[in-house]
Amino acid sequence: MIEMRNVYKKYPNGVVAANGIDVEINQGEFVYVVGSSGAGKSTFIKMMYREEKPTSGTIIVNGMDITKIKNSKIPIFRRSIGVVFQDFKLLPKLTVFENVAFALEVIEESPRQIKRRVMEVLDLVNLKHKARMFPNELSGGEQQRISIARSIVNSPRVVIADEPTGNLDPETTWGIMKIFEDINARGTTIVMATHNKEIVNTNKHRVIAIEDGMIVRDELLGGYDEN
Amino acid sequence: MKIRTLNRHLKESLKSIVRNGWMTFASVSAVTVTLVLVGVFYIILMNLNEVATSVEEDVSIKVLIDSTAEKAEINNLQKQIQQMKDVESVTFSSKDQELNALIADLGDDGNVFLFLKDDNPLRDAFILKAKNPEDTGAVAKQVEKLDYVYKVTYGKEYVEKLFDVIEVSRNVGLVLILGLLFTAIFLISNTIKITIVARRSEIEIMRLVGATNNFIRWPFFLEGLWLGILGSVIPIILVLFSYKELYNLIAPSLQDNFIKILPFDPFAYQTCLILLVMGSLIGIWGSVMSVRKFLKI
Repeated sequence: MIEMRNVYKKYPNGVVAANGIDVEINQGEFVYVVGSSGAGKSTFIKMMYREEKPTSGTIIVNGMDITKIKNSKIPIFRRSIGVVFQDFKLLPKLTVFENVAFALEVIEESPRQIKRRVMEVLDLVNLKHKARMFPNELSGGEQQRISIARSIVNSPRVVIADEPTGNLDPETTWGIMKIFEDINARGTTIVMATHNKEIVNTNKHRVIAIEDGMIVRDELLGGYDEN
Repeated sequence: MKIRTLNRHLKESLKSIVRNGWMTFASVSAVTVTLVLVGVFYIILMNLNEVATSVEEDVSIKVLIDSTAEKAEINNLQKQIQQMKDVESVTFSSKDQELNALIADLGDDGNVFLFLKDDNPLRDAFILKAKNPEDTGAVAKQVEKLDYVYKVTYGKEYVEKLFDVIEVSRNVGLVLILGLLFTAIFLISNTIKITIVARRSEIEIMRLVGATNNFIRWPFFLEGLWLGILGSVIPIILVLFSYKELYNLIAPSLQDNFIKILPFDPFAYQTCLILLVMGSLIGIWGSVMSVRKFLKI
């Protein structure tokens, strides 16, 4: 599913953000990626959706070696994954419906298909009734639910989330986690970078801890901190 | 690409033009100013060319034959001139024909010379044309050396000065037009860059959800095209209205001097088409240049 072999990443300013990472994530897994700021968490996540390219090493996602694919094939690769961010990245001038539909429009889906799929995923995140509203008319939690809906609208096999609850209050956070659990229950792989101890310790899943660009702990059903 | 997608791109590009009101205005003004200037230079240049051609066609050398020359010597002279490699044609004009032409040229005033018909003081002449109008001077000099040539005349200084003026204005015009074009492209690409920066997050999200670069590029490409076309509207209107007026104002007085300028139809329409195409190209080029940078990975 996701496989990293001997991945090394050095930025032009000399910072080494990945120093020999070896990891395998299987289909249907739910994985937390934890670590302090600057540990290399974000780079780890960004390399998975080919926002960053490793200096050396191999990364295979959904059967594609994304360290070798041509730039022109990146869009095709991106369609097989969903990405969710801390700051939602919604377009303020588009309605909720349009924001989600956007991901299908760019791959030239038919309008009927778009409508059907968008309503389906909006139902999944319980925001069907707000389809005509604009993002700024919604709460932070609702906005994040829309961005999750967008990430899964073209049925990706893996959803990558970079601190999706970082901007949300605790109560809302649980609502978002519930959605990720639901998506995972349908067989979609979830890789989530987070700083939130409570969710990692409560909703137990595999935990990958990163320090100084290296995986220092990889535990099935682990906690946020080392036991 | 599907029609539906093209529709989407069209809508997006038009929306962006309205949304970026002031930037649109700035780009369109840049194109407008450029095209107005380009149009003015183009019209002046093309007309100078036309004037040059009509004058060139008119430049002939008159060779006055010595009055002591006999018929055989005149024939001999004609042969000699005909053999020169730069000479296009030689026509003999007898002194009677010369007088008639003079009287006709002067119109009503010519009648005062009618009395000369009895004792014509003019000379027989050859009218020559050089193959290449620019060689007129050289041909005249060669002919001057031949026997029985009394005098060789042509509008020497007038012709040479005119060619100089045309040459210089042609070069200056070209340099100015090129400079203006680059300025306009630079301005447009900057303007579109600013609209792109404003839409950076949109592009980022598009790329995130798997939009191809072409898909992202199209709306900007169309936006550039619209900016170019909008920018050419005022120059085109100006050309259509002012060229007609100008033509009616200037052409009659020039015609008195046997100088032609280009008629409104089809010249003005051709100019408009050129401005439209130029505007579109400037717009497209500007937008393509500025999008490219944002699509690099």
